[in-house]
Order: sequence, then C-alpha cells, then structure tokens
Amino acid sequence: MKTQWQILVVDDEEVMRESLAAWLAEDGYGVDTAASGRDAIEHARRKDYAIYFIDLKMPGGIDGIETMMEIRRLHADASIIIITAYATVDTAITAMKEGAQDYIVKPCNPEEISLLVNRIIKVKNLQRENTILRKKLSRQYHFADIVSKNARMQEIFALAADIANLRSTALIQGESGTGKEIIARAIHFSGDRAGKPFVAVSCAALAETLLESEFFGHEKGSFTGAGAQKKGKFEMADGGTLFLDEIGDISPKLQVDLLRVLQEKAFYRVGGSEEVRVDVRVIAATKVDLRQAVQEGRFRDDLYYRLNVIEIHVPPLRERREDIPLLAEHFLERLAPELRKEITGISEGGMRVLMDYAWPGNVRELENSIERAMVTCRSHVLTEDDFAFLARAGNGHSWTPPDATLEEIEKLMIEAALERKSGNVKEAAVALGIDRSTLYEKIKRYEIRR
Amino acid sequence: MSVLRVAPMEQVEEALLAAIEEALRHCFGIDVQRHSALGAPEFAWDGARRQFSAPLILRRLLVELDGAGGSDGSRRLLAVTGRDLYIPMLSFVYGQAQLGGRAGVVSMARLRSEFYALAPDEELLRVRACKEALHEAGHLFGLVHCSDASCVMALSTGVGQIDMKQPLLCAGCAALAAEGRGEVRERR
Repeated sequence: MKTQWQILVVDDEEVMRESLAAWLAEDGYGVDTAASGRDAIEHARRKDYAIYFIDLKMPGGIDGIETMMEIRRLHADASIIIITAYATVDTAITAMKEGAQDYIVKPCNPEEISLLVNRIIKVKNLQRENTILRKKLSRQYHFADIVSKNARMQEIFALAADIANLRSTALIQGESGTGKEIIARAIHFSGDRAGKPFVAVSCAALAETLLESEFFGHEKGSFTGAGAQKKGKFEMADGGTLFLDEIGDISPKLQVDLLRVLQEKAFYRVGGSEEVRVDVRVIAATKVDLRQAVQEGRFRDDLYYRLNVIEIHVPPLRERREDIPLLAEHFLERLAPELRKEITGISEGGMRVLMDYAWPGNVRELENSIERAMVTCRSHVLTEDDFAFLARAGNGHSWTPPDATLEEIEKLMIEAALERKSGNVKEAAVALGIDRSTLYEKIKRYEIRR
Repeated sequence: MSVLRVAPMEQVEEALLAAIEEALRHCFGIDVQRHSALGAPEFAWDGARRQFSAPLILRRLLVELDGAGGSDGSRRLLAVTGRDLYIPMLSFVYGQAQLGGRAGVVSMARLRSEFYALAPDEELLRVRACKEALHEAGHLFGLVHCSDASCVMALSTGVGQIDMKQPLLCAGCAALAAEGRGEVRERR
C-alpha cells in the first residue's frame, strides 16, 4: 500500500478549515485540522505533514506567518501554502520571503488549488524516490557494520576483505572512537573464522598480573584467589580471533609473553606446566603511535613487527567529513526503533551543525550525539536546536582559533549563526539569545557580510 | 442493503432526477429511493458571494437524515439542487459529500450549457448530472478521486473534465465499491 500524504489545514474559522479538509480528503490525502497557530505547532511536533495550508490572519497570539516560521523551524522542508483573503503585494512578499512555497487568495478556483497541491506532491514523490535510491546507493558504502564513502576507508574495506581469510596478525591504528574494534570484527566475521569466537580484551583496563591471567588463564591455586582453573582469552578464542585493544599499554614482561605466543602458537597457563596450543588470529589496536613507542624504547620492536604484518590506519572523522551525513543517517535509522522514536531525518540546519563540529571523539561521539539528540527531540526531524549541546561543547568547534580574542569569537559566533539561519537576522538573534536590534548593531560593528 | 435517498431541492427537472436515480442503481447496485422535496436552501445563501454554502447544506441534510431515522449509517442522502454551490476556500464546487459518510449534495448550476452562455443542451446536462451524482455518491461510499481520467471518480475542476470521463467506475473503484468496504482508497 502506498503511503498516504498528510496535509494540515490551519484556520480559526471552523467551516473554512473543515470544508477545505473535506475537499482534500476526497482527493485521497490524510487531512488534519488545527484551529490556531499554537494548535498547528503542536500537530507539527507530533507529525510531519507534506503540505501545510495556513490562514494568514488568525487571532490568539500567533498569526499565519509566525506559525509558518515555527513549523519551518521544526520541518525545514515543509511545503507551506499561505491562505489570505486579500492579495496584497506586501502579504505575498512577506509570505514568500519567510519561506512559504506559495500563497492563495480565497476563494480560489478549484483547478488552481488542485494544480498547486499536485505540483507539490509530485515533487514530494520525487524526493521520496530520491531518498530511497540514495539509501540503496549508500548500502554500497557499507562493509559489515561500517559506513563510509571516503576513499581511504574504501581502501580499508578492500584490504579487510582481502585479509579476512588469512591468519596473519593485523595492527589497527587510529584515534579513540574511530571504530577500530568494528573493523576487527568486520575482518573476523567476513572470513572463514566467522563461526568461531571473536574475543576482545582491553589491555588498558587491567593491571599486569591480572592481564597475564586474562591472556593465558591460570591453574587452581596459582595465586591468592585462584580457586579453580580458568581459561584465558587465548584459549577462549581458539579457532577464532583475539582482539587486543590498547596494545601499547602492556608491560615489557607481557610484551615478551605475547611475542612468544605469537611465534610459537603455544603458551602456559599462569602457574601451569602444561603447554597449551591454540590457533588464534590476533588483531591488535592502538591509539598511540607504536612506531614512536618503539623508537623511545617503550615497546619491543620484534613484537611491533610481529603485530604489524598487516597495518591499517583508520582516519579520524574530521578527515572524512563526507561520511558525517552518511553515518548520521545510519545511526538515526538504527537507533529509531531502539528508542521508539519516529524520527525520519536530519534538517539542513542540523546537518550543518554536525558538519561544522570537529568531532574529537570521532564516530563514537557522533553516534552518542545522534542518540542524545533523538532522546530529547520532540518532532520527526532532528534540527540544529536538537544539537545545541554540541555548540556548548566549546573547543569541539573547528572554527574557534585557540588565541582568539573575545570580540573575534563573538564575530565568529554571529557569522556562524547567520550562516545556520541562511542570513535571517531575526532567527539568528533568537539562536544567539540577543535582541534583533543588538544583532544588527554587532553586524554593523564587525562589518559582517550577510 | 444500503439505501441511497435522492432528495430534490429546487430548480431540478423530474427527468434529471429519474436519470440520476437510474444511473446510481446501475453503477452501485444499491436501493435508490426518492426522498421528499427539501425546498430551496435559503439558509445556506451567502449574499456577498451570491452562492449557496455546500457545508451548511450538508449539515442540514444530516439533521434531515436523523429526523428520518437514518442515523444507523445504512441510509445516505444525496441532495440535488439547481443552485450554485461553494465552500469558503473555493470559488465554486460541483458538489460535496462526506467521505464515507451519510450526506452529499450535487449542483446542476454549472452543468448547464447556459451557464457558459451556450444554447441549452438537455442531453449533455443529463449526462453531466449523472456523472456528478455518481461522483458524489462514490465519495459517500468511501471512494476518493481516481487518477484514471475516464473514471467517474476522477477530479473535475471544469466541465471539460466532466465531459471527458465516463458515467462509470473504473475497475479499481468498482471493485472497492462492490466490496462495500467503504474505506479510503489510498492513491497519493
């Protein structure tokens, strides 16, 4: 069954809104009505309508133009048709300037309104088709659960696929949150070890003695608290893959033990005398530069070369900004059912905030930010307001020079707000929390071009 | 069985009413009965627009239906008037009906050739009247506008479009009407 397009008719006159709603319903649209601007905004928060018919003059505080502006803030792509009883040039200019798709003078010819609605719906249908096609296209940027269209990431996907069936060790280097473990999992699950265990150990989380027991297991009574024999991660990963995260943090003694097991494919449990043989593929990961650690004598060079048979460098998110929209949509699609939210997309303004942010925490931070925005979002689209916490994150912004003066920062913030609001001073002033007149004064003082 | 009552208002010839009733029986296979004449819809007159309000007529028809014991939903009332109708948003309508509801009204005013300063054409008027009555009745049975321009449920915003369509339902609309599901057919 095709999706039924939804229309909202906003008019304070009951007979007016109900008769137009009935006329549109005869055309097969799902039609809701709202008796005031406030009522309309509440409807728009709950549902994303394809078209909004809004009467220009409505009593009760919020007129048609203000209602339209608020709806556009919630749904940047909303098609809004302003209804007016008197066609004046001023009305038309104001309505169109503030983002109305069109305006109609009542009463209008049935053909006129029919053509207008059909034209908008035709575009909406094309946009929807386009979205579906883009989603299909985006699947080609997926490797296992990793999403990217960045050239370097595509090379990593190709390399990961090539090495999936090998036993060779691999070293994945990249900043925190770049998805090193996900790449390791992708290598494991796309190869012939997929049916065997994938065991992950964070070397940074445990003390040396505990880590040794964690790696190799222990015999009963080998140390205080060792009440029973315990298998280590190497044994647990037998036949599969052992992922050693933060490998740069392990002690010199463990480096020797690890080198031995990598060379001989055998080890002794802590306190044990029986050699245990395993078939484990090791994939290690680090956020520090291991080569430099070797040069500084903090990491054994023989272990480094043993681990670094296949080297993978994962670029930080700021170096693959083209992936931000793709990843954001991916996370939104994945999180929506989990969070039970009917959020269908991210507005242009919202996406601009994501593109402007520096993402020091990389993909993990992006995922967390999408989740946080979705939790507090009250409409069907994530807007820049839902990502306001990113602006407050301060030094995350790439555009803030470290040695900037207060005035320079203020100028940058005003420029950014104006850009986000497409040059609309009124909206930028609201976003910055200052009066419109104050903003005009600052624009003049800083000679900001709009 | 569903009953559709046809109620003459004023300025409608008996021959037209008979033709409309026959077309409704033939198209929908329902029991079509004549309702007593309702008289001129003066209550719906808008002096500024010099037209009659279709929503106000529909409200009066619902009162009429309730008075005639038709509130169980099995009875529907389709009024036929010679007056020119409007809804506030539009400059005119050929008719209006509650989608999947009980009351509808169809106007003959703009179906007459004389409205366009042409010579009277009784046969053309009869055909147009049947088509528009079928169209509004279709809405009463839950049918929405059809994208098939030859189907009587296609939207008409001018007499040219009315003349292009057939006084029949397309296969899709006929199936929905025959099933009597009374549900909105989603086409958009």
